[in-house]
Amino acid sequence: MTTFQSTGTSPAGTTKPLNLQVNGVGVAIPANSRVLDALQKAGFDVPTLCYDERVGPKGTCRMCLVEVEVNGRTETVASCTTFAEENQKVETHTEALNDYRKTLLEMLLSETSAPKKFPEDDNTAHSEFYKAVQEYDAKAGAIPLLERRKPAPDPNPFIQRDYDLCIACYRCTNICNEWEQAGAITVDGRGQDSQIFSFFGNNLLDSPCTFCGQCINTCPTGALTDRKLAGIDPHETEQTKTICPYCGVGCGIELVTKDGELVGTKPDFDAPSRGSLCVKGQFASWEFVKSEQRLKYPLIRKDGVLQRASWDEALDLVATNFKKIVAEDGPDSTVFWASARVVTEANYLLQKFARVAIGTNNIDNCSRT
Amino acid sequence: MTNSIEELADSNLILVTGSNTTEAHPVISLRMKRAVSKGAKLIVVDPRKIELTKWADRYVQIKVGTDIPFYNAVANVIINEKLYDERYVSTRTEGFEAFATHVQNYPPEYSAEICGIDVEDIYYVAREYAKASPGAAICYTLGITEHSCGSHNVQSLGNLGMLSGNFGAYAGGVNPLRGQNNVQGAGDSGAIPTDLPGYQKLEKPPIREKFEAAWGAPLPKRRGITKITAMDQMIRGNVRGVFVMGENTVVSDPHANHAEHALKSAEFVVVQDIFLTDTARLADVVLPAASFAESDGTFANSERRVQRVRPAVKPPGEARQDVDILLDLFNRMGYPQQLESPAEVWDEMRKLAPILAGITYDRLDKGQGIQWPCPTEDHPGTQYLHRDDMDSGMPGFFAPVDHVPPAEEPDDEYPVVLTTGRRRSTYHTGTQTGRASGFDLLVPHEMCEINPSDAEAWEIEDGDTLQISSRRGSVTVSAKLTERSPSGTVFMSFAFPELTRTNDVTSDAYDFITETPEFKACAVKIEKAAEQNPEWRTAQAKIRLAGEIVMPTKLKEQQQTCD
Repeated sequence: MTTFQSTGTSPAGTTKPLNLQVNGVGVAIPANSRVLDALQKAGFDVPTLCYDERVGPKGTCRMCLVEVEVNGRTETVASCTTFAEENQKVETHTEALNDYRKTLLEMLLSETSAPKKFPEDDNTAHSEFYKAVQEYDAKAGAIPLLERRKPAPDPNPFIQRDYDLCIACYRCTNICNEWEQAGAITVDGRGQDSQIFSFFGNNLLDSPCTFCGQCINTCPTGALTDRKLAGIDPHETEQTKTICPYCGVGCGIELVTKDGELVGTKPDFDAPSRGSLCVKGQFASWEFVKSEQRLKYPLIRKDGVLQRASWDEALDLVATNFKKIVAEDGPDSTVFWASARVVTEANYLLQKFARVAIGTNNIDNCSRT
Repeated sequence: MTNSIEELADSNLILVTGSNTTEAHPVISLRMKRAVSKGAKLIVVDPRKIELTKWADRYVQIKVGTDIPFYNAVANVIINEKLYDERYVSTRTEGFEAFATHVQNYPPEYSAEICGIDVEDIYYVAREYAKASPGAAICYTLGITEHSCGSHNVQSLGNLGMLSGNFGAYAGGVNPLRGQNNVQGAGDSGAIPTDLPGYQKLEKPPIREKFEAAWGAPLPKRRGITKITAMDQMIRGNVRGVFVMGENTVVSDPHANHAEHALKSAEFVVVQDIFLTDTARLADVVLPAASFAESDGTFANSERRVQRVRPAVKPPGEARQDVDILLDLFNRMGYPQQLESPAEVWDEMRKLAPILAGITYDRLDKGQGIQWPCPTEDHPGTQYLHRDDMDSGMPGFFAPVDHVPPAEEPDDEYPVVLTTGRRRSTYHTGTQTGRASGFDLLVPHEMCEINPSDAEAWEIEDGDTLQISSRRGSVTVSAKLTERSPSGTVFMSFAFPELTRTNDVTSDAYDFITETPEFKACAVKIEKAAEQNPEWRTAQAKIRLAGEIVMPTKLKEQQQTCD
């Protein structure tokens, strides 16, 4: 996961950057950064299965362990929780670390259904967890299999909850409770008996869940998925970065298309909104586009009824009528209303049209309403 | 916004007023919650007990339309207790003496009476806000502006921002949260009766001359008329031709019957939209446009950040992008434009608008958007305004504003206040959220939120079908009992116009300066409808309004036993 690059900074406290060596590569990072920031900046990747930059380091999955040299002694530390120090030397992929990660992944494999579902289940196959399993060549069955967690038979239309794929990283409960502060889900039980649970009765529609979808977007295994994207192979989709069509926050979204058709939305983690969305942006930003009720051709009122027309007919009629009205009663007998929903470029053209082609300043938009 | 969304997480204190942030701007509310987690104080001033009050250190429940007496009294305390930033006031503002005298008319005890609150709340807000400044942010939205005194409401907040030196302070400022994806961009582009692109006043001759030279045409000198005035002029026959792009005026504007009557009175109406909306049904010509997902261009968000919009799919049938349609129309009017793409349109605009001059598509494609003002291509954009000086180049003027009650106050015939707004899972007139699968499980239909004590007095039960009437119209709606509404005030959104066209009822008053309609207050009467809709009762039985937890009956019983 990429670390958010703040677009602006507090005027207070700009201290000297730190210089580190990661696998022999020199890198400079801001003061108060973690070791993980240094290795990401140097272009090295370690699995971070419990990490979401928005809630900060938890240090529970132990996958991001690295070796650091401190006072001539080598220590193994979690790179997400450990603060970077000046002149620190960091090793990310020693043989011992690679073996260690492989064993950890095999332990996680022993508690999930993923071995059975890999790789035919696409959501799982696309996950951070599965990528790590492949990278470190971890084998399902290397450690005796444990009893599975139970999927939640939750009828809500948005979030699929296959907890048999859960590795108990708690990213979903962290983002729900610490970032969204919705308090919809929690951890019930301990150890292998731990299970994600929602109030009340484990049905999200009855819980304080706002369906912001952040649990889906942070889940590293595919245990939580977007029901609207169910059955769609991520390998066959394309993503287009754009902006959510709702309120003025302007969250970044990625529209997901398959064969030129919209099939869903994902958050854009590179945008200033840092991957956050609400229920509208996450689950309501594309179906209206595909509605059968969309206007598909121009209409002209004939004999009191709107009827299909060609573009030439429609636009000529618009031009003719506006010319006629302006000629008879002057340009101020017309008004133009722009839109808070269309791109700025179109609004610019409409105001220019009113002022230049018609000759009136009667141009307004709905910022009042 | 004077400041930026991300900064709010670093504020010392956030005063949220007239903004139901967790529902209307959920992702901005995350930064507010973050600030609270980091130790900031949160104060919510709002007639409705909205979800955000759960995070608040203090919730002040003022009566609808009493913002000015409240904030004048807050200013009174800040001045009389000498809690204001004297240096800032003397170097960056004007009119302080007159303002200080003016707010003596609003002693806390007097205002507390008007607002219906405890006087201690006023002292608390004044002292905490001043103590946390600079670096205390005020956030507001339409709960402040959609009043007949809306622009004065805004000024009463601006006064506080100046007193405490928060204009130009990191994580401070006075921040309107914009309600629609590109309402900022529509203003930036010059789609305003008084301004050319980039908020340049068209009544200034040098400005007009610059645009005349660039556009190669003489420009009209007189400012134009607003939408509200235009509708009156249609009815009088003075406005004959109307061009509406992407707006469902008939449903979204107040006193909907009036808007409909106006458009029917106009001789020739063109509507360019993606659906055959209620407004498009009144048109003589309907032009099918591309949606956001099919459009190339930019939106500007609430924090003045210009971001790229990119097409993911092709428009359906013969529908075309708005830019393309308008360029075609220019040709047919005999004013061909040497522009072919949104990128070229943007370039023409930015070169004429100094605040946008440094923003190019190239830069936008490489980064995370750019916040104006951005005068040159090597300028990083502006995170917060008024940093070293007021951006207008003039000092900040204190505005001695007075309390103006809503244009329509409750009386014997219409004894209840109706206020309107949004809910989290529905949006505006419902043309988008109404077409998303599953959303009927979150909010199935329009609901009138009524305080349970009022409901008991009026003998209304949850799910009853009500007839709500004002002097302008009447609608049927389902009753929803909730503590979110204060006694004597009810709340509705306007996202289900097919069965409940809320704006048939709302007020036709508007702000005397900006002509923003008074959506937030009108007087209504509430009766049980003759014909009940049992489906509504069933559909909403399990609906949770934001911030409410519906405990299962079994748990509730257990809790009562414990009590």
